[in-house]
Amino acid sequence: MTCLPASTEKKLGLVIDLDTCVGCQACVTSCKEWNTGGEMAPLTDVDPYGGDVDGVWFNRVHSYEHQTESGSSTVHFPRSCLHCEKPACVTVCPTGASYKRSSDGIVLIDESKCIGCKLCSWACPYGAREFDTSVGVMKKCTLCIDRIYNENIAEEDRVPACVAACPTSARHFGDLGDPDSAISQLVDRRSGVELMPELGYKPTNRYLPPRERTSNFGSAAPALQPLQAEGGFLGWVDRMLSRQ
Amino acid sequence: MHPAYSVIFFTTATGAGYGLLACLGIFAFLGFIEAGFWFRLVSLGIAVALISAGLLSSTAHLGRPERAWRAFSQWKSSWLSREGVAAVATFIPTAAFGLGWVLLGLDGGWTAAAGLLSAIGAAVTVSTTGMIYASLKPIAQWSSRYTLPAYLIFAVMTGCVLFNALLSSFGQPFLWVQTTSLLLTGCGWAWKRATWRHNDGQVTGTTLNSATGLMGGEVRSIEWPHTEENYVLKEMGFIVARKHAAKLRLIAQALTFAMPFLLLALSVLLREVGWLAALFAMAATILQLAGMLVERWLFFAEARHTVALYYGR
Amino acid sequence: MSRDWLRAANSSPSQRPLSVSAPNEKDGVETSPAVSDRIAKTTCYMCACRCGIDVHVKDGVIRYINGNKDHPVNRGVICGKGSAGIMQHYSPARLRKPLLRTGPRGSGAFREIEWDEALSIATQRLSQIRATEPRKLAFFTGRDQSQSLTGWWASKFGTPNYAAHGGFCSVNMAAGGLYTVGGSFWEFGEPDWDRTKYFMIFGVAEDHDSNPIKIGLGKLKARGAKVVSVNPCRTGYNAIADDWIGIRPGTDGLFVLALVHELLRAGKIDLEYIAAYTNAAHLVIQNPGGADDGLFLRGPGDLPLIWDSERNVAVDAHNADVRPVLTGSYLIDGRRCVPVFQLMAERYLDEAYSPDVVAERCGVDAATIRRIAAELAHVAFEEAIELPVAWTGTNGRRHASMRGRPISMHAMRGISAHTNGFHTCRAIHLLQVLLGTVDVPGGFRFKPPFPKEPPPGPKPAGKDGGRAMTPLSGMPLGFVSGPEDLLVDDNGGPIRIDKAYSWEAPLAAHGLMHTVIRNAWVGDPYPIDTLFLYMANMAWNSSMNTVDTIRMLTDKDGSGEYRIPYIIYSDAYYSETVAFADLVLPDTTYLERHDCISLLDRPVSHADGPGDAIRQPVIDPDRDVRAFQTVLIDLGARLGLPGFVNDDGSAKYRDYADYIVNHERSPGIGPLAGWRSEDGSAEGRGAPNPGQLQRYIDNGGFWHHELADEQRFYKMANKSYLDFARHMGFVEKPEPIIFQLYSEPLQKFRLAAEGHGDLVPPPDHRERLKAYMDPLPFWYEPFEDSSSEKGRFPLHALTQRPMHMYHSWGGQNAWLRQITSQNRLFMHRKTAAALGLADDDWVWIESANGRVKGQIRLVDGVNPQTVWTWNAIGKRRGAWGLKDDAAESNRSFLLNHIIGDRLSGDSRYSNSDPVTGQAAWFDLRVRIEKCLPQEIGFTEPRFDRQAQPPHFPQPAESLSFGAQFRGRSVPPA
Ligand SMILES: Nc1nc2c(c(=O)[nH]1)N[C@H]1C(S)=C(S)[C@@H](COP(=O)(O)OP(=O)(O)OC[C@H]3O[C@@H](n4cnc5c(=O)[nH]c(N)nc54)[C@H](O)[C@@H]3O)O[C@H]1N2
Ligand SMILES: Nc1nc2c(c(=O)[nH]1)N[C@H]1C(S)=C(S)[C@@H](COP(=O)(O)OP(=O)(O)OC[C@H]3O[C@@H](n4cnc5c(=O)[nH]c(N)nc54)[C@H](O)[C@@H]3O)O[C@H]1N2
Ligand code: SF4
Ligand code: SF4
Ligand code: SF4
Ligand code: SF4
Ligand code: SF4
Ligand SMILES: [Mo]
Repeated sequence: MTCLPASTEKKLGLVIDLDTCVGCQACVTSCKEWNTGGEMAPLTDVDPYGGDVDGVWFNRVHSYEHQTESGSSTVHFPRSCLHCEKPACVTVCPTGASYKRSSDGIVLIDESKCIGCKLCSWACPYGAREFDTSVGVMKKCTLCIDRIYNENIAEEDRVPACVAACPTSARHFGDLGDPDSAISQLVDRRSGVELMPELGYKPTNRYLPPRERTSNFGSAAPALQPLQAEGGFLGWVDRMLSRQ
Repeated sequence: MHPAYSVIFFTTATGAGYGLLACLGIFAFLGFIEAGFWFRLVSLGIAVALISAGLLSSTAHLGRPERAWRAFSQWKSSWLSREGVAAVATFIPTAAFGLGWVLLGLDGGWTAAAGLLSAIGAAVTVSTTGMIYASLKPIAQWSSRYTLPAYLIFAVMTGCVLFNALLSSFGQPFLWVQTTSLLLTGCGWAWKRATWRHNDGQVTGTTLNSATGLMGGEVRSIEWPHTEENYVLKEMGFIVARKHAAKLRLIAQALTFAMPFLLLALSVLLREVGWLAALFAMAATILQLAGMLVERWLFFAEARHTVALYYGR
Repeated sequence: MSRDWLRAANSSPSQRPLSVSAPNEKDGVETSPAVSDRIAKTTCYMCACRCGIDVHVKDGVIRYINGNKDHPVNRGVICGKGSAGIMQHYSPARLRKPLLRTGPRGSGAFREIEWDEALSIATQRLSQIRATEPRKLAFFTGRDQSQSLTGWWASKFGTPNYAAHGGFCSVNMAAGGLYTVGGSFWEFGEPDWDRTKYFMIFGVAEDHDSNPIKIGLGKLKARGAKVVSVNPCRTGYNAIADDWIGIRPGTDGLFVLALVHELLRAGKIDLEYIAAYTNAAHLVIQNPGGADDGLFLRGPGDLPLIWDSERNVAVDAHNADVRPVLTGSYLIDGRRCVPVFQLMAERYLDEAYSPDVVAERCGVDAATIRRIAAELAHVAFEEAIELPVAWTGTNGRRHASMRGRPISMHAMRGISAHTNGFHTCRAIHLLQVLLGTVDVPGGFRFKPPFPKEPPPGPKPAGKDGGRAMTPLSGMPLGFVSGPEDLLVDDNGGPIRIDKAYSWEAPLAAHGLMHTVIRNAWVGDPYPIDTLFLYMANMAWNSSMNTVDTIRMLTDKDGSGEYRIPYIIYSDAYYSETVAFADLVLPDTTYLERHDCISLLDRPVSHADGPGDAIRQPVIDPDRDVRAFQTVLIDLGARLGLPGFVNDDGSAKYRDYADYIVNHERSPGIGPLAGWRSEDGSAEGRGAPNPGQLQRYIDNGGFWHHELADEQRFYKMANKSYLDFARHMGFVEKPEPIIFQLYSEPLQKFRLAAEGHGDLVPPPDHRERLKAYMDPLPFWYEPFEDSSSEKGRFPLHALTQRPMHMYHSWGGQNAWLRQITSQNRLFMHRKTAAALGLADDDWVWIESANGRVKGQIRLVDGVNPQTVWTWNAIGKRRGAWGLKDDAAESNRSFLLNHIIGDRLSGDSRYSNSDPVTGQAAWFDLRVRIEKCLPQEIGFTEPRFDRQAQPPHFPQPAESLSFGAQFRGRSVPPA
């Protein structure tokens, strides 16, 4: 099982637009809410009302400041499983609990096989796997496999919970293996990037980099010139109105 | 990386255990030593005990130890699975070796072959352990060419030093083993220092820039997704203060290499005074094993996982 | 138009499902588990945004909550809080039964009592008050959405001492807008997200329109429209802006008026629009020292006049045939008069508002100000848009199309929570109007029932101070147009306990809730008997100067009685304030009750049409709690308040649901506008419909009316829209709504301060009124900046709302508190370096009012003179069902402890805007000092632990919520 499929029929994944994400955490809690009762249920919270609170989440949003020559900007950065094409999280798994689906490329954990050795979480560069101490098994984003094909919910709602929730539409879902899919084209258009490509995991998910923060709205807006009108500003007003 | 005691103990104990097993197997194969029943029983017993205790402690680290048997299934891809298979497989020649060499007191023939196979099994098992770490790309300090040799060197080093202590205690100091212990300790030391030098000077291409796709300039973490610690941070975001690490490196070197080296050298020099030589050899072993625990702690604590980048650690 | 969005999972039409069935992977994954047994469509209440939600219930337990796709507010999306509703509903901090205090106030010692006892205690006390001096009941409500009920109740009780939270929230925005354009930002208007090309957002971290703003920003980003943020902090919305202007707090007015200066100088203003829709041409009498100085020249019927340059006479401003004159000076009947516009030009063309002069004070360089002005001019005048929709103006003029200037603006508490907020808000509206962008395609749009006449409708009632057994003549809150509408006594002293509508806060359209506790404690203007609070955490995050507030709540007089004799409080959770109540009325959660989000209050309208909504009980309460509105109606009946009882004295309404359906505020107009009349065929007006709630439920919990295309813009002068608005009861007459660039009501107060008229302010208030009741927007330094303490406290200190927390009530939520349970003080790297501070240091944050301790976090994205923190994370130990070691009470801090509730320069006045009484949370000035080594690691001040009420559940060690819903069963190992 933990051998990777040579290729997958689809490459389902997410595209996250860092230019649009406001860091609102909607995808975070919506993911938690769906998944704590879903395929990997529950997403246990330890000491939920105390000082050492810690729970299992599949999606977490960081905030960064990015300082470049052209200035500094603040970027919100959601982090979840990237459903890599060559994920060592799968190949290191000694039990076959972790696997990559050959149909859609989703990386899943079969909890009933997991021994909780945690090695897969070490092997994931992105920190996308979280251990559930209460049941002793590893858990991770399922790409909402129990939503995207779910015949009990309306067809248009069959997208991951985080995508449906995202109020700014910064999250997109689709087949990144199909170059004609809307999501692939979005990646093309906005020059989407892979995270840590140097590690060779070939992540499926893409991030759309923030657009350059302009302090200059092009040359389209010429500097304002004071009115050179007879009678000054008020004279101009008079003439303008009497022209009507 | 979080230095979990069960894993530290596991790698140290199995390393020494497999090292000793390999020494016994090779020496038995080569017929180098004249050993009585007690020596055979105690030394192989210690090897097996170290291996078993280590393996057992590693299951303590599992969330679902009762399912540990499943770990043998994925040897095609997983070094951890291979380690499990190798460890169990090694028990077969080791059992045969124990039967022939210890219980039946045999030398040569199938016993020697079993000894050799045990030694090979030990080497393979230690290699798989090493490979578990060496294959983890997110941890630059581990996924280097230093890791696998380190596991092998430290296993054979601690095994040999232990072997030497046993020989000495049974009043059979063996110069060859004494000098090899000395040599291996020096070798281990050199390897460790080389590893540290490599790690300290290592610049990986993986930065918070590549981790976030925000290229150019500097990326700084200003807020975490959660204000308290979580699994990812506790497990993979562990950091040890530089000052603390430097001190521990000195302690590790003193315990693992410098003092054992000195004691072993003394025990060679004083080999005429058998009991003293044995005492020194034993002390060297104990210090070295203690030192290995510190080294292993550092091996984890100093290893930086890429996920720590996300947290600005 | 708005219904054209493609049906998708949410507001973004790009979100498409795969439209394939599950591949056969044979891995045993259950790809189609049943989600729930039933879906209840109701309205979220994790905040005041009022999104539609689908609550999935499985085996009687909430499985999942998602956004309602059809809902006009959120269109399928849901925010970080709303998605954590499960944990809110099942919070261990929920109150369980009515409580009667047994220990000292604030201790948290209570005993449980039955509802009958609780209600009779309350009835007894309140009927006594009503029979003697009704104003001795101060009834103040917080974050609720039932102000049309609570206000009506207070009015029937006969106390003028009623308000909701608006006074400490955003009355500057409400009043600033309603007195100027007859609508406002807040959630009463919105940018034309689909068409705007240039969006400026001032002082907003999250706002009430949480999801609509996010949906809108998403649309702007998708279209590549430009977003300009003006905010000292670069977080959230401001982080994604194309242009971030890290302005110095309290200086937006100066910045905006500098833009006005530049635009005027270059003649880049929409004169036609200004002439048509504003009072720019109204003639203002120039008679310095005279009683009519600064008032409009009025003609027959008291209508303002404008100058007719053809006939050289002053004529009725509504005269459609006259070409208005905006400049000049005219002698009319011996009085010198000038048009409003002339006054504006004189003021704003002054060098005092030039970019070079304001730059340093604002912390924005002059070139940036000029660039923004040029961009505004460019987009407004070179990139104008045209909708091919014909419409008719109120003057009968037919327009072939709708012209739009695609610039829109939004502003909120960064503007309002300063002592100069009212004028700054007006300045922003002025800028919008000069560019011709209000209610035009691409501009800022009103949400019905707005716009209304500026200022709108009824005046505040309660002039007589409230008489025994007598209802007020109207609602306690309203809009004053001049001194004659104030609620002051013969000596000019305030009539209301919060001093709203007094000379201290004349335009206090929402009351001054933040002053009630101090005033009641001092007995100024008079002592009260009972403080009745609902849904406001007044002992904590909604008070300024918390430490003293707690002291006042617990202070006793010489005879050992509490100086505030009795406190009744309704909360749903064990908040800090519960501990200070004598009688606690436990409320339901938002998933357990009926509610109505009414056009009489803060509806769910969209710029494309009015709407309202309901909440319905989704889950039966498992505790002995009752919906507060039902309790209030019950109390009304027990007290025999008119309107709450039938002629025979029996209760008129069974409960709130019954009231929602059957109450009529005026004939045919009730809390809900949809499906009125017996058969549900009427909208807006119509007899009560017994099946109304079911119709709402069947429609997904809301009613929404789509305006016809021709009604959607220029609502201030759109005949078809205004006819509709009149039918709905939004406006009284279908007459044009004239934007009041010059505000005559303000001038009337100024004249009174000069001694004119029957009602003049007491002498010690006059200078202040003269200075701040300026009829044209202007800028002045926030009061704490101009106070002498400025040098000692060099930094501005702000709070911001975290998007995933709602004030104090998110902290009890097991999921939300994992995201933030400790707040940091954010400060600029350079500022920290200059103070010798490093990241993570513990510091004292000290103001003129005291000091708190917290940990710092260094950033670049903040104005260097500003520090800030997330709002309301700090908690009192023992509150909210949290354990004693929770970070919230050990490492988090509440900035409120150091925000003075009085002006540090003049302690006669509350720390509020002088015009509206808006609480000036963001005027705070501080200095930062590094803690000593023995002081680090814990916050201060810390308060005694509040004990927990009887039968309070112990917080769980671990939560495995959802395990019961698991689709795939895990075989035992
Ligand atoms: N420093 C600083 N202070 C501020 C502000 C700021 O920006 N900075 N902002 C101010 C503003 S604008 C506001 S609006 C206030 C808000 O402050 P508050 O009005 O105090 O708001 P909350 O903290 O949400 O508290 C409302 C109370 O309602 C209770 N509650 C929640 N749900 C229910 C329910 O269903 N029924 C009942 N009966 N009670 C319920 C909660 O438990 C809580 O005790 O804070 C103000 N304080
Ligand atoms: N998630 C969430 N949503 C909420 C609430 C909540 O508690 N949580 N509360 C609701 C309530 S009651 C309210 S009133 C609204 C308020 O919503 P907002 O208006 O967004 O209120 P704040 O979070 O106080 O944000 C004020 C913003 O103004 C900025 N600011 C402060 N001073 C100045 C200034 O002088 N100039 C400028 N330009 N900016 C300034 C601050 O940096 C901050 O970004 O939010 C509502 N929505
Ligand atoms: S992101 Fe991590 S967990 Fe997900 S597939 Fe890649 S390596 Fe595996
Ligand atoms: S923790 Fe579970 S899923 Fe991860 S590697 Fe171990 S057995 Fe596989
Ligand atoms: S795809 Fe589903 S499981 Fe994955 S992050 Fe989004 S909501 Fe969570
Ligand atoms: S829901 Fe969307 S905007 Fe909010 S944090 Fe997630 S990706 Fe960003
Ligand atoms: S914005 Fe407010 S009302 Fe809307 S979903 Fe979020 S919490 Fe609920
Ligand atoms: Mo507010």
